[in-house]
Amino acid sequence: MAAYLFRRIAQIVPTLLFASILIFGLQQLLPGDPAMVLAGEERDPAVIAHLRETMHLDRPFPVRYLYWLGGVVHGDLGESLRMQQPVRKLIADKLPVTLELASIAIVIALVIGIPAGIVSAVRRGTGWDYAANLFALWGLSTPNFWLGIMLILLFSVTLGWLPASGYVSPHEDLRANLAAMIMPAFVLGNAIAAVLMRHTRSAMLQVLSSDYVRTARAKGVRERDVVLKHALRNALIPVITLGALEFGTLLSGAVLTEQVFTIPGFGKLIVDAVFNRDYAVVQGVVLFTATAYIVLNLVADVLYAVANPRLRTR
Amino acid sequence: MTAIVELEAVADARAEAAQAARAARSGVFARLARRPAAAFGLAVIVLFVALAIAAPLVAPYDPIATSFSAVRKAPSAAHWFGTDEIGRDVLSRVIFGARASLAAGVVSVLISLSIGVPIGLFAGYAGGTIDMLISRVTDALLACPFLILAIALAAFLGPNLVNAMIAIGISATPVFVRLARGTTLAVKAEEFVLAARAIGNAPWRVAFRHVLPNIVPPLLVQATLAIAAAIIAEASLSFLGLGEQPPQPSWGSMLNTAKNYIDNAPWMALWPGLSIFLLVLSFNLVGDGLRDALDPRHA
Amino acid sequence: MKSSWRRALASLGLALALAAGAHAQTTLRIGLAEDPDVLDPTLARSFVGRIVFSALCDKLFDIDEKLAIVPQLAQSYQWAPDNKALTIRLRPGVTFHDGEKLDAAAVKYSLERHKTMPGSNRRGELAPLASVDVVDPMTVRLNLSAPFSPLLAQLADRAGMIVSPKAAQAEGDKFGAHPVCAGPYKFVERIAQDRIVLERYANYWNKDAVHIDRIVYLPIPDSTVRLANLRSGQLDFIERVAPSDVAQLKGDARFKLTKITEIGYQGITINVGKSERATQNPLGRDPRVREAFELALDRDGIVQVVMDGEADVGNQWVAPTNPFYAKNVPIPKRNVERAKALLKEAGVANPSFTLMTPTTADAQRIAQVVQAMAREAGFDVKIQSTEFATSLDQADKGQFDAYVLAWSGRADPDGNIFSFDACKQPLNYAGYCKPDVDELLKRSRTTLDTNERRTLYADLAAVVLKDRPIVYLYHRHWLWAYTNKLDGLRPIPDGLVRVTGVRFK
Repeated sequence: MAAYLFRRIAQIVPTLLFASILIFGLQQLLPGDPAMVLAGEERDPAVIAHLRETMHLDRPFPVRYLYWLGGVVHGDLGESLRMQQPVRKLIADKLPVTLELASIAIVIALVIGIPAGIVSAVRRGTGWDYAANLFALWGLSTPNFWLGIMLILLFSVTLGWLPASGYVSPHEDLRANLAAMIMPAFVLGNAIAAVLMRHTRSAMLQVLSSDYVRTARAKGVRERDVVLKHALRNALIPVITLGALEFGTLLSGAVLTEQVFTIPGFGKLIVDAVFNRDYAVVQGVVLFTATAYIVLNLVADVLYAVANPRLRTR
Repeated sequence: MTAIVELEAVADARAEAAQAARAARSGVFARLARRPAAAFGLAVIVLFVALAIAAPLVAPYDPIATSFSAVRKAPSAAHWFGTDEIGRDVLSRVIFGARASLAAGVVSVLISLSIGVPIGLFAGYAGGTIDMLISRVTDALLACPFLILAIALAAFLGPNLVNAMIAIGISATPVFVRLARGTTLAVKAEEFVLAARAIGNAPWRVAFRHVLPNIVPPLLVQATLAIAAAIIAEASLSFLGLGEQPPQPSWGSMLNTAKNYIDNAPWMALWPGLSIFLLVLSFNLVGDGLRDALDPRHA
Repeated sequence: MKSSWRRALASLGLALALAAGAHAQTTLRIGLAEDPDVLDPTLARSFVGRIVFSALCDKLFDIDEKLAIVPQLAQSYQWAPDNKALTIRLRPGVTFHDGEKLDAAAVKYSLERHKTMPGSNRRGELAPLASVDVVDPMTVRLNLSAPFSPLLAQLADRAGMIVSPKAAQAEGDKFGAHPVCAGPYKFVERIAQDRIVLERYANYWNKDAVHIDRIVYLPIPDSTVRLANLRSGQLDFIERVAPSDVAQLKGDARFKLTKITEIGYQGITINVGKSERATQNPLGRDPRVREAFELALDRDGIVQVVMDGEADVGNQWVAPTNPFYAKNVPIPKRNVERAKALLKEAGVANPSFTLMTPTTADAQRIAQVVQAMAREAGFDVKIQSTEFATSLDQADKGQFDAYVLAWSGRADPDGNIFSFDACKQPLNYAGYCKPDVDELLKRSRTTLDTNERRTLYADLAAVVLKDRPIVYLYHRHWLWAYTNKLDGLRPIPDGLVRVTGVRFK
């Protein structure tokens, strides 16, 4: 186990290095001069020249990468020229927002996905099963941004129950904060619930047909206890693992949902940065989310390995 | 959304590969057609493909013909789905838009397959340092947010439909590398492969003649699901203005425009959104059906 | 017994007083269409940033509804007889948000900061400013290298914003993170991409006209979402309402809608000399083809379809209502027959060119409508919708035939034409360059007499509008919507929200 863990951790550094080179390289390929975008409406040549110098745009690509990497090693992710703030501060500002959104979304997904999965497995072939499956397919097949628009249309424009968008800090007003988060979190959670539901279902089906469940039934354990105590506990491991992975993708994957609901999280930060050629921000945020993703991946795998000793030798 | 489908497929693939390979040999299509959900999905896809091909015959109007006197008109007898912001017939645009969405879905996945599978096969078969290297790069790509990769690539290549397909295809490639590699590893240990190597077949021959055909089924399942994800990705890129160029219609770009009129012309958002939903749903149904049909556990 | 009653009454009174106090705390929540850039008047570059500045940083001058220059931090001014120096007498008793006095030295400091700070976006605007003298503690003299008629208008914008020298020296290029100016509101906090919070400055020189305690600016790029927030009461005011929402808003008694024609314009820039491309397509090569193109367009139709009628048609760099509009070149009527004839004359019956357009919704609509209209005259217009950063780059390199581009406008007409039509200027994407035009443009800058300038602009219009480096289409209406509880808003053609005088009823 220790050797496995060590090997996995040792892989993180080269993976992140590759990822950062990749994103850095891709950004250099983008047409459009960041200095020109930043120079604003007037596009004063003197300003452009100054910005190019500040951004080291006059240096060759590898040198710029090393500049950046040198900063990262010293804990400096650079500065957003557009917003004139350190990338570290931007990440610190947006992280609570994104974490909150991702957490609520995951909770919604778990609360909907797991019970739906259990019901559809236990009542296999009934109307319940079909309904749950239909729900899962709906979740997997709806484009996030479209669902977002439709929800705004229904709940904000037509019914006027919820604010259409706009983030309110929970320290300021918790109710308003939750009201603003509920729709985007539902949009994100809905899709994940679908995945969790399917996995819960198949895991439950597998466990329910296993020998020890049959034994438990034969011993006269109540069906309710069979399902909730014996089967569910075993079926939940892969589902929880998957939940951890989904959480990882949510950290950067809420791009369009954040766009539609104007939630100032990572997704919006990074897309705006790509379009404005704010290199340091793209670079820093991707590095951060990639790290989070890889670490969560590792945690999920380790959890899985702990639960399933057979996998350790892999 | 894509990531979700990816993960699911990757997780399943490892376990399923070997079994699926064996099951693949007989009557998959027949078994698929016997599942009502999958049959429904298949029917819808066929319908959309037919609509896309026959668009000029079926569509009541020219999809790019403007009528400045009929701007944002609600659905009526003349325009069943209403008209858009510059007076074009929404129904005709939805029909023609099927071309962009279908092409984007299929072509980008073909791109992913044609790059990802050989690399994954090679990595899995060769093993050692090469495998390690390829796996690290794949991990790195997977760690970068899919849509960000696609956005950056599309912006780099220049916004149009073909480039959007390339961008989506490349961004989705790592999933296929991983899947092909994983299944190759599983198949490689099978007896018939070991036997083929033992009797002195060249490595490339073993890889292509013996391993490849046996990793096709899980790839096929993943490809179907990836088409669904790619259609959404194309819509997302178009939504950000990086897909099909105006005035040509694509469902994503129609939605992008429609969101500005959600209050006073909701039909503009409804139909393209529903079409995406229906087509993606169908590909998911077929993908599920394929998975079940190929998996002896569910047979 | 009695004392407990008294105590209860006293606490009730306290509660009432508190409630009243809490009630008096008023907040104006403004929905912006974009996220402002850095809040440093010297470095700032976006239109939307100017909206925030108008509450945060007072300027030497301001403009009024009719685009006339009115004093703000200045009390009076006087030009030297040779028009090469401007003496400004400052308003007494003005302090910055940090309590420092606003005097001649502070003005000198700010103007020099605009001129010398690396990366300053004001340097170009103040190019002819050679030096600043402190005449006495409340008087400055601006010495110019040559007479410069747009100077007052420049000083009525960011170049005329005065910052606290103490704060600016302490913060250096980080000043924008905690700007300290002399406007009615002081900076409280900013959360990037989320909000900017300002608070009433108690010692503002015109504090009697300031009625609201706090202003919160919230950038919400999507106009539908912005409107939904106004309707659900999350916002009190939104700028740049989508024209398609106007009809609905008018029917809603809870909201008021005001509009005013912008000082900017929407147009199509044509590559007439920026690069090789200009000679490779008939539109850039032949003025007759450009004339045909303009004749193929129905401006009223464009405004109807693209803007739901919420714009004034126009054919010049200023709107027809502007005092500097050249009446000798009226808006041409659509004439498809004449367009076809011109194309025939030019020997290209079906000229083809690409129209580059940013991916914004307005620009895309314009491109598609223009494409459809031009087709009727025989043009084959290919739309190339290009993400903004890329489109700028391509425009700068001349990799385009025609480009849909808007300009937010400046109070002085010079700001709408000089940088676009004078040789080698940074915004001259058309690559237009004519010595006689340059001469006229320079003269219009050095002449302070309004009537004389009008004549010069009429002469310019006669040449430039025939060469058509830019085909001007229309001037948008600034559309503001706000709760009917709000009173005292003054729409100014620059589209900036002046918060002094605004109150809740």
